[in-house]
Amino acid sequence: MLEAIMSLGGIGLSAAVALGFAAKKFAVEIDPRELAVLEVLPGANCGACGYPGCGGYAKAVVAGQAGPADCPPGGAGAAEKIANILGIAPVSADPQVAVVLCQGDNAKAQAKYRYLGLHDCNAAQKIADGPKACPGGCLGLGTCARVCPFGAIEMTAEGLAVISREKCTGCRKCVAACPRSVIRMTPLDATVHVLCNSTDKGALVRKYCQVGCIACQICKKTAPEAYVIENFLARVTYEHHQLAAPAVEKCPTKCIRDFVDGYPEGSSFAPPTCGVAPGAAA
Amino acid sequence: MKLKTFPGGLHPPDNKRWSEHKPIETCPLPEELVVPMAQHIGAPAEVCVQKGDLVKKGQVIGQAKGFVSVPVHAPSSGEVVAVEPRLHPSGKALPAVVIRPDGEDRWVEGLEPGDPEALSADQLREKIRAAGIVGMGGATFPAHVKLSPPEGKKIDTLILNGVECEPFLTADHRLMLEQPDDVLAGVDILRKVLGVSRVYIGIEANKPDAIDLMSQACTGRGIEVVPLEVKYPQGAEKQLILAITGREVPSGGLPMDVGVVVQNVGTAAAVADAVLHGRPLVERICTVSGPLVAEPKNLRIRIGTPLAHLVQFCGGVKGEPAKIIMGGPMMGSAQLSLEVPATRGTSGLLLFGAGDVPLRSEGPCIRCGRCVQACPARIMPTTIAAYARLDFISEAEEYGAMDCIECGCCTYICPATLPLVQAIRYAKGAILAKRRKV
Ligand code: SF4
Ligand code: SF4
Ligand code: SF4
Ligand code: SF4
Repeated sequence: MLEAIMSLGGIGLSAAVALGFAAKKFAVEIDPRELAVLEVLPGANCGACGYPGCGGYAKAVVAGQAGPADCPPGGAGAAEKIANILGIAPVSADPQVAVVLCQGDNAKAQAKYRYLGLHDCNAAQKIADGPKACPGGCLGLGTCARVCPFGAIEMTAEGLAVISREKCTGCRKCVAACPRSVIRMTPLDATVHVLCNSTDKGALVRKYCQVGCIACQICKKTAPEAYVIENFLARVTYEHHQLAAPAVEKCPTKCIRDFVDGYPEGSSFAPPTCGVAPGAAA
Repeated sequence: MKLKTFPGGLHPPDNKRWSEHKPIETCPLPEELVVPMAQHIGAPAEVCVQKGDLVKKGQVIGQAKGFVSVPVHAPSSGEVVAVEPRLHPSGKALPAVVIRPDGEDRWVEGLEPGDPEALSADQLREKIRAAGIVGMGGATFPAHVKLSPPEGKKIDTLILNGVECEPFLTADHRLMLEQPDDVLAGVDILRKVLGVSRVYIGIEANKPDAIDLMSQACTGRGIEVVPLEVKYPQGAEKQLILAITGREVPSGGLPMDVGVVVQNVGTAAAVADAVLHGRPLVERICTVSGPLVAEPKNLRIRIGTPLAHLVQFCGGVKGEPAKIIMGGPMMGSAQLSLEVPATRGTSGLLLFGAGDVPLRSEGPCIRCGRCVQACPARIMPTTIAAYARLDFISEAEEYGAMDCIECGCCTYICPATLPLVQAIRYAKGAILAKRRKV
């Protein structure tokens, strides 16, 4: 018995020695800066930087192939730290946040037909262009919520995707996943948005949605610099978003919302803390 | 004698009795013909008329764009009252030419009868293309493309598809009974274009009168009528080839890879019309049926006729439609409204009431394996669908998602009501998108 233990121990010992030796001999030199960069990255491996995972990006930054501000989830905080590690001038990244430009949930917008299929927006979109009457409206089946690596998207009970401005890191995964291009990236400091994505004429929009933009021009008349209207749809010109607020009250269909006031009705999120960069509170 | 067939498949109630004994009637012209530019697989045609133009029946109103495309013709004479996007059977508003018929129904000048004996294969092919002939079984693939096998592909067999395996549909059945000569004239032309001697006509055994009539008409012409087991999807190209010739089209391959071209009987009749009389494709035969239609019928309809007009001619509806299907119930597409026009692919129009569309909610897969048994493509629908739902696209591809012919057998048979074919279709879309990227 004792011998058995001894010999097992012996095998273990010799293996340990051999492994230790191999590890030393064949070790790949990792640039310590790479490890340091890896430390400050969020570690979500979301791919928003365009590299395979955070490791890939760290390698690329150190090799000078990527800029320090190319990790959207890391935001300005990570960009500054990376610049410090590499000893280069910090580049300011404009923190961005994804916004669902639609308020037409199942209670407020009409359906073309009853959809009973796969619970996935891309699958639903393939059937007669999706069950929602509005060709641009949120389908509410939550494909974006499933792809968000940060759990920033929730679906309301009435079937509308709502994005938490606190949790959203700007990785753009939802933008790529949404078949209706309802989700857009916007500057984080802009809180006023036109929450509609329908390019149909006003009369038609009125028929299928209670909260759609009817291109009545009132917002543009109220704050000319802050709005443009193209294809019967108003949009905030984000360079002048500071001037957009006065139109919130004026919009007859209430499709302009100021996110400082809170989230669209029905949202299960707590009121956001606006103007705070993601991660900055910590 | 044991009837020929393929492995897999299933037998839904065929419901043909509503219309199988009804001779084809000509549906009168509607007030407005809405002719979509997208009514074949491939690039849609390009509008070449303007609002206010006067057009004649058979005049080109949309020009073909590219090889896999055919021109579109005016279905009757009259005035172009609009060129604008209109609701299309696909569910989107797509470019269409709206014609108000003048009631004279006059053909455009210059349509010349042709002699298939005197024309070369290339000339015949060109006539078929110019006439806008597409697969009339519902798939609407431009016929001339199938008739132009690439160099090195030797075609030795032509199969005429007279199977009509979709429940309710009887249009091909009536066509074979009422116009066997047209069908066979088309076969002779197709056979000359392809240079083949071996021709089969596949017909399901539930149409004994058509089998008899066609067999008689075919004697001495070197065409064999093959009665087939009554089973869905007997009329799917690959399954039909396997049943008749025993040849299996390889995964990812085309019928021409095994030396076969399949054409629908309706396509053959249209080819005869195009070559013998120089007439473009402006009408087709369509079955209007379903429990909600007052008087189910087989109709000769002009392309562009709004579905509501067809229903009206069949005595209207017996209640509120809960489901409108263009094509057959298995592979046809559900419609949002009766305002959409019939296209070249409209082989049927079926109306169902709320009581006829039982709805059950989806349950968990009970691993019964019925979908696997029923699948004529010999793939595993349940596995692929599960992968599709998890977005494991490469795994779905490995399990043969691309071989799915979207016949819907798995979904029909599934006791758990899983939307299997939809999940697989979703996976196919994602696989194609992935292939485009790399
Ligand atoms: S935002 Fe897009 S992906 Fe998200 S639920 Fe709406 S339609 Fe679907
Ligand atoms: S009209 Fe605007 S708000 Fe309404 S469903 Fe469409 S995009 Fe959403
Ligand atoms: S006021 Fe509202 S409805 Fe009118 S154009 Fe502006 S956003 Fe659209
Ligand atoms: S038929 Fe339905 S329940 Fe049965 S194994 Fe297939 S998916 Fe599962």
